[in-house]
Amino acid sequence: MAEMAANNETPEVLFWVGCAGSFDDRYKKVTVAFVKILNSAGVKFAVLGTEESCTGDPARRAGNEFTFQMLAMSNIQVLDMYNVKKIVTACPHCFNTLKNEYPALGGNYEVLHHSEYLQQLIDAGRVRLQGGEAFKGRKITFHDSCYLGRANDVYEAPRHVLEALDADLVEMKRCRTKGLCCGAGGGQMFKEPEPGKKDVNIERIEEALQTGADTIAVACPFCMVMMTDGVKNKEKEQSVKVYDLAELIAQAKGL
Amino acid sequence: MAIIQQTIFIAALGAVAWLISRRVGIIGRTIRLGKEENRTDQPGKRLSIMMRVAFGQKKMFDRPLIGFLHFAVYAGFILINIEVLEIVLDGILGTHRIFAGPLGSFYGVLIGFFELLALGVLISCSIFLIRRSILKVERFQPSRHREMTGWPQLDGKLILVFEIVLMIAILTMNAADSALQDLGSAHYPVAGDFLISQWLKPLFSGWSEGALIAYERIAWWVHILGIFVFAVYLTYSKHLHIALAFPNTYFSRLEPKGEMKNMPEITQEVKIMLGLETQPADAVVPERFGAKDVADLTWKNLMDAYSCTECGRCTAACPANITGKKLSPRKIMMDTRDRLEDVSRNMLANKGKFVNDNKSLLGDYIQEEELLACTTCNACVQECPVLINPLDIILQLRRHKVMDEAHAPGSWNMMFQNLDTNQAPWKFSPGDRFNWASAVTDSGPEGNSTAS
Repeated sequence: MAEMAANNETPEVLFWVGCAGSFDDRYKKVTVAFVKILNSAGVKFAVLGTEESCTGDPARRAGNEFTFQMLAMSNIQVLDMYNVKKIVTACPHCFNTLKNEYPALGGNYEVLHHSEYLQQLIDAGRVRLQGGEAFKGRKITFHDSCYLGRANDVYEAPRHVLEALDADLVEMKRCRTKGLCCGAGGGQMFKEPEPGKKDVNIERIEEALQTGADTIAVACPFCMVMMTDGVKNKEKEQSVKVYDLAELIAQAKGL
Repeated sequence: MAIIQQTIFIAALGAVAWLISRRVGIIGRTIRLGKEENRTDQPGKRLSIMMRVAFGQKKMFDRPLIGFLHFAVYAGFILINIEVLEIVLDGILGTHRIFAGPLGSFYGVLIGFFELLALGVLISCSIFLIRRSILKVERFQPSRHREMTGWPQLDGKLILVFEIVLMIAILTMNAADSALQDLGSAHYPVAGDFLISQWLKPLFSGWSEGALIAYERIAWWVHILGIFVFAVYLTYSKHLHIALAFPNTYFSRLEPKGEMKNMPEITQEVKIMLGLETQPADAVVPERFGAKDVADLTWKNLMDAYSCTECGRCTAACPANITGKKLSPRKIMMDTRDRLEDVSRNMLANKGKFVNDNKSLLGDYIQEEELLACTTCNACVQECPVLINPLDIILQLRRHKVMDEAHAPGSWNMMFQNLDTNQAPWKFSPGDRFNWASAVTDSGPEGNSTAS
């Protein structure tokens, strides 16, 4: 972003990478897949790079409003310095915080989740799915993320993206508004679960496996971790794969 | 004789009115213990939500059969009250079926319609009772949900028995009335057989006029006194939802479910720390961060607690509860209400002022373990048929734990520390944040590689 600003260029959109997208080895692949899609579609985008900080979501959900606001304020300062108007992110938690919670602190942006952005690119004909892996006839199930679905009523955009793959989209019993959490939201990602009889991601993965899908599509870095762990726990990692929407689109394009 | 009945009736009516208005006053004052929060914007949108969700019971129809049965009870409750108006007028004036004359033949149609509703209520409540007692629907079972032990369990069944008795009383009363009409009894003007109760008339074949009059009178009194007792009872019971569902949906949150309320008192402090603002001379340091007790919550959180009818749809959808954790969103609401009732009794006993009882919602009612199990997934909020928000309470209590008591699991403290020092929840150097970009260039960028 700094480079673009120095050259007096304005990006179409700022890609907010998020901490998982920057540091988590598995999710970095999603970041790279999404960037490749943006490049191939000719989208002029920017990232903040090392100037980006955590949005503060995990701190706020855990109850630490102070840390949240410190991070949020400094992010808003950076975003406003570059006069950012439009943001896209592959993390529903970043999406929710940037979109719904930054305005109260003075940060007003148009914020899209990458599922919405991908749908727009596909609808506008900027992303065409050819040249890569064929998904026809393969069974894919989509796991709704709480912070995309219930929190922000985004249920259809990720499904539209998956439909573009021409795969066989199968729903879990609990989907859309009834979708079951992966178990990582609200700060759970950063602590051991409380005592109980089962882990939430195991409950969810059992449901996902029941659909008979060979691919579990996710749209959130935390869901990615939890679902992947679930598949490993059930020793199905050979037959069932967990991918983010962006990775599936990149595969279909042969990127 | 008639004048005694009238006197007793008017006295009972007055007592009920007094008891209810007193109780409404207490509940109103208790709800106002909560903090201010403006929920009066966008009245048009609010009205439309109330009409759909409370009046139209939209969310109940997520489960069509149960939605239909519940709607039958609800419609019966509202419409049969028109007949209660006649009963009350008869009671006060010492008349019998005061509307029968003026309405003519339409009266029979109207009572027939009420009887149909009464039958609907009777059948629905019987099915509900069977579900609770014999089919043992999971979310009502105390063996699985500790908050359903004792009174809440009894309360749920009692209300159903109550309604069944009331409906039997009105239907058999009408049947006895018809039988008396057939006998040409002096005080029972001919209004014709009624739609449902005519089938109950054989029950009274062979009864003497005196016995029929006695039964009709007893059923009349059971019905109306039952309604009076029920009206007072519901203000102490989970059944208060029949009234509060309306304001509670009207004042529900219009923001996206994912949005957490900002804490302006923190914003000011953060701005000062970042050098964006200077310390104002009149800065007020809040005495408490987050919520520890009911008075720290907003009035809407408290209204939510009184609106809860303990149906447990929230708990049945809660990922933490499903997997055996201690958290139950229903219990959060019931605990809040129990604490409120304690506080309100305390205030009544101390001339309207709350005297410290060394108890608080957090700690004495809701335990930390419950709060920590929440994934903030909003499933409970999504499920509630009257738009209660248990998550809002959970998050305010968490804020108190972490900011006021500085108490959090060690791994959370580690996460906070990472966020404070390297702006990521994990221990990574901020300088490495952009390292992923090498993977894009390695595999050959296409066009726009100035993405930095």
